[in-house]
Order: sequence, then structure tokens, then C-alpha cells
Amino acid sequence: MLTPEEWTAVRLSLTVAFWATAWSLPVAVLAAFVLARTEFPGKRLLDGLVYLPLVLPKVVVGYLLLLTLGARGLFGQYLDQWFGIRLVFSTSGAAVAAAVVGFPLMVNAIRLALEAVDRGLELAARTLGAGRLDVFLTITLPLMLPGIAAGILLSIASALGEFGATITFVANVEGQTRTIPLAIYSATHTPDGDAVAGRLVLVSVALALGALLLAGLADRRIRLLIGRT
Amino acid sequence: MIEIDVALGRPGGFRLAAGFTAPPAGITALFGRSGAGKTTIIQMVAGVVRPERGRIVVDDTVFFDSRAGIELPIEARRVGYVFQDARLFPHMSVERNLRYGERRSRAAARPIALGAVVDLLGLKPLLARRPHTLSGGERQRVAIGRALLVQPRLLLMDEPLASLDEARKQEILPYLERLRDELHLPVLYVSHAVEEVLRLADHMVALAEGGIIAAGPVSEVMSRPDLLPVLGRFDLGTILECTVARHDTALGLSSLAFADGELRVPLVDVAPGAGVRARIRSRDVALALSEPVDISVTNRLPGLIAAVERQQGPYADVALDLGHTLLHATLTTESVERLALRPGLPAWALIKAVAVEGRSPGLSAAAAPAGP
Repeated sequence: MLTPEEWTAVRLSLTVAFWATAWSLPVAVLAAFVLARTEFPGKRLLDGLVYLPLVLPKVVVGYLLLLTLGARGLFGQYLDQWFGIRLVFSTSGAAVAAAVVGFPLMVNAIRLALEAVDRGLELAARTLGAGRLDVFLTITLPLMLPGIAAGILLSIASALGEFGATITFVANVEGQTRTIPLAIYSATHTPDGDAVAGRLVLVSVALALGALLLAGLADRRIRLLIGRT
Repeated sequence: MIEIDVALGRPGGFRLAAGFTAPPAGITALFGRSGAGKTTIIQMVAGVVRPERGRIVVDDTVFFDSRAGIELPIEARRVGYVFQDARLFPHMSVERNLRYGERRSRAAARPIALGAVVDLLGLKPLLARRPHTLSGGERQRVAIGRALLVQPRLLLMDEPLASLDEARKQEILPYLERLRDELHLPVLYVSHAVEEVLRLADHMVALAEGGIIAAGPVSEVMSRPDLLPVLGRFDLGTILECTVARHDTALGLSSLAFADGELRVPLVDVAPGAGVRARIRSRDVALALSEPVDISVTNRLPGLIAAVERQQGPYADVALDLGHTLLHATLTTESVERLALRPGLPAWALIKAVAVEGRSPGLSAAAAPAGP
């Protein structure tokens, strides 16, 4: 089956995808809410900023991350000085890169779901005595769940496939940042690496199919739960 | 007591300016065509729409006062709002929908219990179901129950029957009557349907183009000819508060007693002694200067002409004073001139029994309390 190095790459990919998604989820919900429900000067700028990683070459995203969060980066030096956090060459850094690249996809899915929530239901809840936060938690959020699930899936898929930003920002360190795509890339540069690449490609396909199946099941369950069939 | 005095301008030129008071119990109908501002008014009472200026007070609680800078948030107003489209939460069972407001109510006293509401509205078989499995009528009943469990200071109903077909309407109406008769709750009821207003409401406020054109007890306001812009010539009429005197089942007729005599009408589905509102459309009333005997018309009521008013087109409105009632007749101006009708002249009103027929809209066969 898989060699220990290949297993490490698979485990690393899953770890990175998990943390990238987990950290960006609350921020994405907040960003979606701000973009869908509020008006303020400079909103278009924020809108553009959120979607920027989607249109920029991933290498550029990685390089920008290096400039800002790298060891001598704009914020990176303070992360190191104050908290002892070093992102470069680390799994956390790979997760950050994956999170930033997947963020626009996640925000977009959640935002669409939020815009589809019937404001009339929220008003009804308020006339029934619920304050704004209460309404958000008990009405808006549950009704957004299909969109949130879609956002999670997109973020995981994007993280599993992330290559350019990762290799630019945190390089290709085995056991730290070498996720499946990076491992495949390395394998194709190694003599006799075809077998390794082939196995990892199969794993990638299996992971992708599994995620899609799981997402389909989750979506059905959620829609049943919130009475949207 | 509910005091409302609000003003609002909308882009596009719509202006709303309305002031009225509604009694502390019973149904007050906000009546008018769509676009008259009825819904906007109850949205302002609920806090969903903010008036430009004005004052809204419900039972000594100030909801809104532009001069004092008071605006109670929606959730603190404790109004039961029944929307036209029910707005049940799709991700909750009927029971959880009902409890949503109950749990959050900040009412000190809780006279309205879940069990009582379930009984009143017949919700027991629905409790475990999901909103998307309910019929339109069932949804609306649940929505009413949910609003009641907030322990509301007042109930706001925005055309709760408008999105239902005739059969569903007839299914809900008895529940609304029970609610009116059993709970002593003020209700603001938005409607553009004459029949609903006649059947349910005690008081009414008639609106047209953002302003109030008449307000008062239903029988009084509905009888006014100045409701023409709202009702149209077809539906203009006089409301008589009657009690059922007796039924003549062999002939299929009922006798309805009112202040100035009796009306013979096709059989009414209400027990003798109960109150009903009879509605006589002005265009169904003919006048004669002496009592015609050899005529098929059953109802012949003597009176004195109180007013003759020429209207647009070939029409004239003649008000006949029957003693306690002003009965309106729509005639042609040609007839008015031929008979030389003028105030003070004695005349007979002729109303065919079959013109006061059926439930809608001629006769509202409801156990409506006769008068305020």
C-alpha cells in the first residue's frame, strides 16, 4: 500500500484541511454577514479584498503571505517576538495558506445562503420576543446550514488541492508542509517517482469522492432537519 | 386603550397620516383597498416600520413617541403579529414554533396557556408536525397560536385569510370568532374583505390613500355613503344590527328584528335570539311614495327622506330615515327628479327578501355582538 512518507503526506493534507477550515469558518460567517447585511463606506473595498485570493495567482498569494506573515514579515516578526509563533516551514503556515486561498469560496457559499434566508422569518422571531443575536442563533444560522456545509466542503476541497501558495509561503518540507499535491510534485521530480505519484493520485481521487459523498449525505440530512425539501 | 397617531412619507409620493384610538378589547378592523396604508400602520405598531413622527401607546406603554425620543425595540413590544403568510419557522416542529414566543415572553402574568391555545385552535393533532406538511389553513392557525402565546398586549393580524381559498377561510373564521369571544384581547385586523369585517369586527377604521376616511362602530361606518371610494358602488350599503326573531322553515325564511321593524330574509343559519348583521346594498333598495300592495317585494319599510345627494354619473344617494336607522338607496337622478324626492318627504323602502341572501356579502350570518 502506502509508504510511511506517503502516509505522512496524507495525514498532513487532512490536518491542514481541517485546521484551515476550522479557523476560517467563524471568520467567513462574520464576513458573509457583514457583506450581505450591512452597508458602510468602503464596503466594496472589503468585498474586493475578500475575493482577491480567488483571482490572484496562488504564487502571488503565497508571496504576499511571506511578506506579511513570514519570519521578517510585516506582522510575522511580531508573531515570533511576542507569541513565539513561526509560520514559515510549519504545518500551521500550510494551514494559513490553505485557509486564505479557500476563504473566498467559503464566504461566497455562506453569503449566498444568508441572502436566501427569509428576512420575514427573522422579523417574525423578533415580534415573538427574540433579540437580534437570539434571532441569528435560532433562526438565521440554522437556515443557513446548507450553505455553511457547502462552504466547508469547498474549503476542504480547496485545502486538499492547494499547491502554489503553500509551496511559496512555507516551502516543501517533508513531515511539515509536504501535503499530497506537494508530495506528488516532488515525486514527479524524482527518478522512479511515478509509482509514488500514481498512488497519491489515487488517494486524492478517493478523498475527493469521499468528501463529495459525505457532503451529499450531510446536505440531505440538513435539508430534512430544516424542512426544506 | 390603543392610541395611534402616526405620519410617514415614502419615496414615490405615498404619504400616510393616521390618528385613531381602538378599544381595549374586541376586534378593530383596518379596512381599505391595497395600498391604502393598512399594513404599514400595524407594522408601525409592531416596530417593523418607524414612523417619521407620531405616537403609539398601548395600555399605558409608550411604543413610540417621536417628540420624547422613545422607540421600544420590536422584541420588547410584546405584540402578537400574525402575518398574511404565517411565517412559521421551517426548521422547527409546530410545538417548538408555538413555544418560541412563549419561552421569550417577558409578560408578568401569563393568562394564555399552551394547552388552552391548543384547544382553542384545534392544534393537538398538529403538534409534532413540520410546517411544510401543513395546509394553508393549518399554518395560519399555528401562526395565530404562536402569536397568542407571547401573552401579547394586543394582537395584530395582517389579512390572515387573504392567502387562503374560500373553504380554508370558512375553516378559520370560527376560530377567529372564538378567539374574539373568549380572550379579552384588543385586535387590530387588517382586511379588504367586507365580509370578514362584518363578521368579526366591532370597530373599524376605513383608510384610503394613506388617510382615514371614517372610523367608529362597524355598522355605523359601513353604512356611510362616503365609503364609496373604498367599497365601490357595487358594495355600498347599510348595515342593520339584527336579532333572529324566528325561523319559518316551511317557507325557508327567517325574520330578523331590528330597531325599526323586521326583515324577512332567506333562512339564516343562526339560533333565534342570536345577533346577526344584515347588509343591504344600496343598489338593492327601491323607493315608493306610497305603500305598494300589489307587489312581490316582501320588505316594505316606511320612513322620511333625510337627504338626497347627487353623485357622479347618473346616480343619486337617497338616505331614508326609518326612525333609528338611515337606510341608503342608490337611485338614478332621473327617478329622483320624476318623483321629486327631497328631504322631509315620506317614502317606503322596498327590499326584496332574496336581495339579502346568503352569507356573503349580503348577510353575515355570524353571532356577531349586536352593536358596541
